[in-house]
Amino acid sequence: MDKWQDNRAWFMVLPVFAIVAISAIIPLMTVVNYSVQDIFGPGQRVFVGTEWFKEVLTNSRLHDAFIRQLIFSTLVLVIEIPLGVLVALALPKRGWGVPVSLVLLALPLLIPWNVIGTIWIIFTRPDIGLFGAAINGLGISFDHTANPLDAWVTVMLMEVWHWTPLVVLLAYAGLRAIPEAYFQAARIDGASAWATFRYIQLPKMRGVLTIAVLLRFMDSFLIYAEPFVLTGGGPGNATTFLSIHLVKMAVGQFDLGPAAAFSLIYFLIVLLFSWLFYQALQNVGTGDKGGGR
Amino acid sequence: MTLRKRHIGLLIYFGVLLLPIYWMLNMSLRTNADILGGFAFVPTDPTLDNYLKIFTDPSWYSGYINSIIYVSINTVISLSVALPAAYAFSRYRFFGDKHMFFWLLTNRMAPPAVFLLPFFQLYSTFGLIDTHIAVAISHCLFNVPLAVWILEGFMSGVPREIDEMAYMDGYSFPRFFGTIFVPLIRSGIGVTAFFCFMFSWVELLLARTLTTTDAKPIAATMTRTVSATGLDWGLLAAAGVLTIVPGALVIWFVRNHMAKGFALGRV
Repeated sequence: MDKWQDNRAWFMVLPVFAIVAISAIIPLMTVVNYSVQDIFGPGQRVFVGTEWFKEVLTNSRLHDAFIRQLIFSTLVLVIEIPLGVLVALALPKRGWGVPVSLVLLALPLLIPWNVIGTIWIIFTRPDIGLFGAAINGLGISFDHTANPLDAWVTVMLMEVWHWTPLVVLLAYAGLRAIPEAYFQAARIDGASAWATFRYIQLPKMRGVLTIAVLLRFMDSFLIYAEPFVLTGGGPGNATTFLSIHLVKMAVGQFDLGPAAAFSLIYFLIVLLFSWLFYQALQNVGTGDKGGGR
Repeated sequence: MTLRKRHIGLLIYFGVLLLPIYWMLNMSLRTNADILGGFAFVPTDPTLDNYLKIFTDPSWYSGYINSIIYVSINTVISLSVALPAAYAFSRYRFFGDKHMFFWLLTNRMAPPAVFLLPFFQLYSTFGLIDTHIAVAISHCLFNVPLAVWILEGFMSGVPREIDEMAYMDGYSFPRFFGTIFVPLIRSGIGVTAFFCFMFSWVELLLARTLTTTDAKPIAATMTRTVSATGLDWGLLAAAGVLTIVPGALVIWFVRNHMAKGFALGRV
């Protein structure tokens, strides 16, 4: 069914446009402005063109942070999406278990991000943490403040713990939307559980999984507060992701020009990847929405 | 057999999910000396001192009030601007609609850190620093696009014949929207409100930057007090536990809407 063609619909979008413009376009213009100037103080600024961009693109510490960020986001997607779908498949479909599961799942999502970091500090510290003490009790020395690998393991665990429930909730919503008749048909055909999943559930979840992949990609790529509280980007620079680096630059060192240039590049990278994901997922399989534009 | 395996798997998952939270709860019921003194899976001598301190010290509890105020304002603003826009996206084709829709989502892709300084300057210009409304508006950056996105999904699930019939019966748009359409997508609005609340409640970077004292969020209060007094693990844990409570209450109230929304398959 075709939508009605009417340009007056713009009036309904106008409030959204206005409020997002205030909080996105104007600040973004400020960033663009900074990115091409050298700022010494109020009123003292020199136009420097693309100098900051060149500096940022050739900065080896930024390259390292970028690689770290890529590995991190890849791991996040590879672990969280399948795990989330798996848990969603196992969740009860009716009865008292449904609201209880949903409430429990939403719990980690409702905790402020720096408190997430705090929880995991308390949980993984070798002296007072349950996890830290248990691992060390097994004879494996574990200290996320000293060993880069342990820091990574802790950050990954925290991230998976924190965000897999979002994937579960989205996937569960997608599963619930499949009419019961599909499953009856599958049962009559004697389809295996795998076949049911592969040919009925997975294609029907395409829409919600698109949102899940996009959200998880963006948010993991922009992650700041949780690892910052947990590890402070250390030990060394082992868990210094792009946002942590950016805030160090902009607030810590007050390098506004390079920080602004870096921000723009950062934004473009996320935009590019998200667009690629969006296009790819729109065109995978043949869904009810007709495969994109 | 597979059913049983599935249940065991689920139980393990929920166990892992709750363990870190339980550990914080455990810490919050013990004094700092007790925590550092010995390891205990269950507090041997539970105390509510940490909570008492938070509830009696205004510099602690005002943080909770501030957070709740700006989160509520944000949820109201986000929903009221997103409802008509989502309707437009779900019902009409208009100039640039698809680009606009994707552009909205791109605003979630900008690192919040990018906006720190420009936001600070923008809100300083209008004298809005350290007000609840400043934080509420800045959080619209990521909540409004999300609200539009989610609501559009729910609205597209409502057949358009309902709109056509109402217009034929002589309903004006506002009356149709208010009395017929909004009740139809009640669950969707519940789910959207939940997500707006959630993302605004958990955000720290912008909220901390735009406030100093009068509107300081609890999450920021925690970082400050902790670094000033050395680490009081018990107090920190108690404050952490209390940050979960409002969210848990909200989700408890919208759980039926959530279940219904999930049954429609629209999030």
